[in-house]
Amino acid sequence: MGGAAGVVEYVLRRLVLIVPTIVVISIIVFFMLYLTPGDPAIIYLGDTPATPERLAQIRHAMGLDRSLLIQYLAYIRRVARGDLGRSLRTTASVLGEIEYRAPSSAELAVAAFAVTLVLGIGLGVVAALWRSTWIDVGAMLVALLGVSMPIFWLGLMLIFIFSLELGWFPATGFGGWQRLVLPAVTLGLLTSATLARLARSSVLEILWQPYIRTARSKGLAERRVVSRHVMRNVVILLITVAGLQLGELRSGAVITETVFARPGIGKLLVDAILNKDFPVVQGVVLLIALMYTVINLLVDVSYAYIDPRIRFE
Amino acid sequence: MMVGGLLLLVMVAGAVAAPVLVRYDPIALNPTDRMLPPEARHLLGTDEFGRDVLTRILFGGRISLRTGAVAVSLAIAIGVPMGLLSGFYGGLVDRGVMRLVDIMLTFPGILLALVIVAILGPSLFNAMLAVGISASPTYARVIRAAVLTAKPLTYVEAARAIGCRNDRIVLLHILPNVVAPIIVLGTLGVAGAILAGAALSFLGLGAQPPQPEWGALLSEGRNFLLDAWWIATFPGLAIMVTVLAINLLGDGLRDLLDPQLR
Repeated sequence: MGGAAGVVEYVLRRLVLIVPTIVVISIIVFFMLYLTPGDPAIIYLGDTPATPERLAQIRHAMGLDRSLLIQYLAYIRRVARGDLGRSLRTTASVLGEIEYRAPSSAELAVAAFAVTLVLGIGLGVVAALWRSTWIDVGAMLVALLGVSMPIFWLGLMLIFIFSLELGWFPATGFGGWQRLVLPAVTLGLLTSATLARLARSSVLEILWQPYIRTARSKGLAERRVVSRHVMRNVVILLITVAGLQLGELRSGAVITETVFARPGIGKLLVDAILNKDFPVVQGVVLLIALMYTVINLLVDVSYAYIDPRIRFE
Repeated sequence: MMVGGLLLLVMVAGAVAAPVLVRYDPIALNPTDRMLPPEARHLLGTDEFGRDVLTRILFGGRISLRTGAVAVSLAIAIGVPMGLLSGFYGGLVDRGVMRLVDIMLTFPGILLALVIVAILGPSLFNAMLAVGISASPTYARVIRAAVLTAKPLTYVEAARAIGCRNDRIVLLHILPNVVAPIIVLGTLGVAGAILAGAALSFLGLGAQPPQPEWGALLSEGRNFLLDAWWIATFPGLAIMVTVLAINLLGDGLRDLLDPQLR
């Protein structure tokens, strides 16, 4: 069983497995409100005082007086129609708030991913090719520092140096490439550190392969050995591995958007948690979890495409 | 490993001996000494309320290190039994546990911790709980893999042959042989937990003012970067040095105890 048929079968198998995952995610998100200590109606009202009659009205309007199963099914029906509810703070549609902020988050994700790939693969390849020299030690020390550095501290230090002291880039906001540089470098630098360590291991593994020895013994210049034989095998693998970094990127973006006051989905989530704006929290968490389920599937499929052994597991 | 261990020892010693090393109160306000730069009386300067930054960092180290230790202990307490049961019994138990692990892992990085804090409310204790629970799936997966490697080995077969019950086999024979990955993951996990806990406090979802937790110190200092850069800079350096030390120690332990984890 090989080629396209094998990949299609693998994708179908994974799609079937995704369905229970999505159902459980929707149940967790739905039940978030009920897991919170206190009356859900009071939580929905927030700081607004209410009489017992008003609370009873709220409970009826929200369907809280119906069985949990009926409430869950109603929630799923609403979500399927694209209705994620309304923000308690702004009364705006949750989906509308997410759509408004999506471009900022997408822009940051793409820019940071580019920084991750270039820096991570570059640093790792350089370290591997100059193994056991000061270049290797230096590159891996930089990577280790990157993994150890708090992302919010790096962001603040870049703001201090490049915005406040040198005035090269704006510190906060969204719009224009200048406002993207510091957040993208902050987010990309830290995720590239993990990728650099992985890249170094992968390149070292490839350098020991028999076909590399063959290429060298044929008299090929080292530069051609690296560009033609090493890099082709490394880059495809590492771009796929870098797909796994998207989770770290999304996680880091929540903090980066807060540091640089970018109006993104991550900042929306943090503000909603601080304001106990549950419809927004539920909507954003559901969206991010579903997005990552799909991204993980795409990453696994690309792995299966590259390595046929995975399809037969 | 030695460098990491020594660095970590210095950081822990500083946190433990904080009441002896410094003479200032980490919480008491001192308006006359507001936003002083580093000088002889205040080696790392003072903050917007006149509080000594070095004092707050040393006392904050207690909170951050405790956050790391508690979160990792919780992650081990949840994740290791899951991995042991899943790997040893296999079948439906394995599928059920791994499905739960996969679902937890669909929430990337800090997101699961954010969901838990959203439910429980912002506080230092809830942040520790959130970080611990969100880290547990990794332990479950790694321990499951280690158990699957150990299960077919001769000593397990011999234990079965002499009539050992399953719980005895798991606890007395398999668990001691999968301790190495627990130690390595746990050590590296403390670093991750300190970073995650500091991140939650920075966002206002973990330690609440006036607790001198390192992430909270950074959050306070971000408003004064231009006028008092030291308020945000030194707590961040403290986090970085501590996490670097733990990572160096953890990397060394991994090379020593369990190179397969690399």
